[in-house]
Amino acid sequence: MAKFKGAIVVDKEKCKGCGICMSICPTKTIGMSKEVNGKGYNFAIMVNEESCTGCASCGRICPDGVITVYRAKED
Amino acid sequence: MSQNICTPENLVYKKTSLLTDKIMHYCPGCGHGTIHRALMEVVDEMGLQDKTVGIAPVGCSVLAYDYMNIDMQEAAHGRAPAVATAIKRLMPDKLVFTYQGDGDLAAIGTAETIHCCNRGENILMVFVNNAIYGMTGGQMAPTTLEGMKTATSPYGRDVNKVGWPLRITEMVAQLNGVWSASRHTVHTPAAVMKLKKALKKGIEDSMAGKGTCFVEVCSSCNSGWKMTPVEANKWMEEHVLEYFVPGDIKVDGKLVR
Ligand SMILES: Cc1ncc(C[n+]2csc(CCOP(=O)(O)OP(=O)(O)O)c2C)c(N)n1
Ligand code: SF4
Ligand code: SF4
Ligand code: SF4
Ligand SMILES: [Mg+2]
Repeated sequence: MAKFKGAIVVDKEKCKGCGICMSICPTKTIGMSKEVNGKGYNFAIMVNEESCTGCASCGRICPDGVITVYRAKED
Repeated sequence: MSQNICTPENLVYKKTSLLTDKIMHYCPGCGHGTIHRALMEVVDEMGLQDKTVGIAPVGCSVLAYDYMNIDMQEAAHGRAPAVATAIKRLMPDKLVFTYQGDGDLAAIGTAETIHCCNRGENILMVFVNNAIYGMTGGQMAPTTLEGMKTATSPYGRDVNKVGWPLRITEMVAQLNGVWSASRHTVHTPAAVMKLKKALKKGIEDSMAGKGTCFVEVCSSCNSGWKMTPVEANKWMEEHVLEYFVPGDIKVDGKLVR
């Protein structure tokens, strides 16, 4: 079976730190930053770069639409 | 390394251009944002951007016209179905939808809701039920659950004094003008996909002149409920969805519940 490797890019200035993406990520890829953005929110980051499958669940649910998802076949 | 896969050919998900780049004023974790995007993704996927007119309500989503990159008209509180009726009758080829909260659709606008549905206006009604008046500071709505504490029911909703939480979707489903009625959520990615399917069907059927297509979305209002966004989603699943049960209520003109 082909394995997929994913990655997310979070628009950190627009993230409101709600944590919903983190709570639904099936692979526990997402965590929250220790730093804050210009609005004072901790923002979503990849804490486990290897585990993301690019399933796009986080992108679909993020209330503010700030997650872009990429996915590539691993060979 | 993950960085090098972030190239256009590997893109699987990004915000649709049918949402503007404006930062939404919603509280962190508010369901309105996810619902806006699901709706705009469907309009985008169906290629209907320049055939769509949306009616914005009064409530937290009053500024929906700033976020949805389509033609929109603001309505007075609760009157979106009346405004939608006029627009759809004047421009029958357009996709016309209303986007309304529970205070807007099921309290001050109850008459407009019921009569629009009873006339079977060929529009899509998107009803965002967060069981509270979010915008004005978390007051009790007709949809507030029994025993639920709000700013105007500090000891919990007393159904003997103020009545029962109103299942208005089940109510309008009884009307002959309503072609379809269903209830959804956006608290899981799978639920978002289901909602999108229902929105697509509602758009197709309302444009085909079948009647009013009514889509309720149970959503969290973490600020009004005084919880974190993640807790609010959990609370919704455990409490709100017990009473407001998701699923189809009327399909293709036939009651299924
Ligand atoms: C005629 C009129 N009455 C009352 C108000 C005050 N008001 C503004 S929003 C709102 C309730 C909104 O609740 P809902 O429709 O559930 O939207 P939410 O903010 O929860 O998304 C009320 C009562 C108003 N703006 N206009
Ligand atoms: S794409 Fe899927 S696996 Fe990757 S961070 Fe998002 S939810 Fe997690
Ligand atoms: S869901 Fe969106 S806004 Fe919320 S923490 Fe994740 S990226 Fe930020
Ligand atoms: S008050 Fe409630 S409905 Fe309004 S933006 Fe905040 S969370 Fe959303
Ligand atoms: Mg409300």
